[in-house]
Amino acid sequence: MASLWQYANPQKFLQTTGAVLPVLAVLTALTLVVGLVWGFFFTPDDYRQGATVKIIYLHVPSALMAINAWLMMLVASLVWLVRRHHVSALAARAAAPVGLTMTAIALLTGAIWGQPMWGTWWAWDPRLTSFLILGLFYLGYIALWSAIENPDAAADLTTVLCMVGSVFALLSRYAVNFWNQGLHQGASLSMDAEENVADVFYIPLLVCIAGFVLLFITLVLLRTRTEIRARRISALLARERMA
Amino acid sequence: MIPDLGKYAQAVIGAYALSIALLVLLVGWSMWRAARVRRQLNEIEARRVRNG
Repeated sequence: MASLWQYANPQKFLQTTGAVLPVLAVLTALTLVVGLVWGFFFTPDDYRQGATVKIIYLHVPSALMAINAWLMMLVASLVWLVRRHHVSALAARAAAPVGLTMTAIALLTGAIWGQPMWGTWWAWDPRLTSFLILGLFYLGYIALWSAIENPDAAADLTTVLCMVGSVFALLSRYAVNFWNQGLHQGASLSMDAEENVADVFYIPLLVCIAGFVLLFITLVLLRTRTEIRARRISALLARERMA
Repeated sequence: MIPDLGKYAQAVIGAYALSIALLVLLVGWSMWRAARVRRQLNEIEARRVRNG
């Protein structure tokens, strides 16, 4: 098997992802459409939550991706820090707006869902609060990349920010377990089958999660390609100015 | 066609509309920027070839 590190070469990365992206895009669209249509049109209402249970097909996958996008950024940033592969730093940068969008969807759908169920759009509940802070970390991360002109320095500093933010990424996942208080319920998905939502909701939810994971991978690959090209443009323009 | 969502219709449809709008914006912006940067790079590389 070829080494993973060969994709640290921007040309190799562009070549490989160029071939893979169209397939991934079609697969993403199919999975998302099937999952969301199944969830919205063909699942019953919950006996307690009524039709609002249909929000689960957006809320849970987006929340899951918001946390995992940050963890992916952490891994990519650490690879940059240790091995100085530019593609890795650019992949972390490319993932941030996707993660921020997922966080926004999770927070908005959570508020819309919370209003009829809890009687409030927002509560300073441990999970909600740590999620909001995670969203602010995403904003800070994106702003820091844009604020620093030297790309290597930006990659170094955003790596540090990413490490700090990881505390909140993990906290937003496990806050319910750490502090047994607040309005937010426990995990909807678990290795323990008894804790999971009923099968009639569970299977379309898994399809939606697969769709969101595919969407994340597709967008990160597409955006990393763009970042690589943008970096090449900067290098060429700098060379032209020097000549 | 739309299932009977009862008194929660506004909340459910609102959540779907908002989320899909955000996803479409993200995908559209990513594709637009990808095309723009790609075109820009092609122009610069063509100029380099012309100028030797």
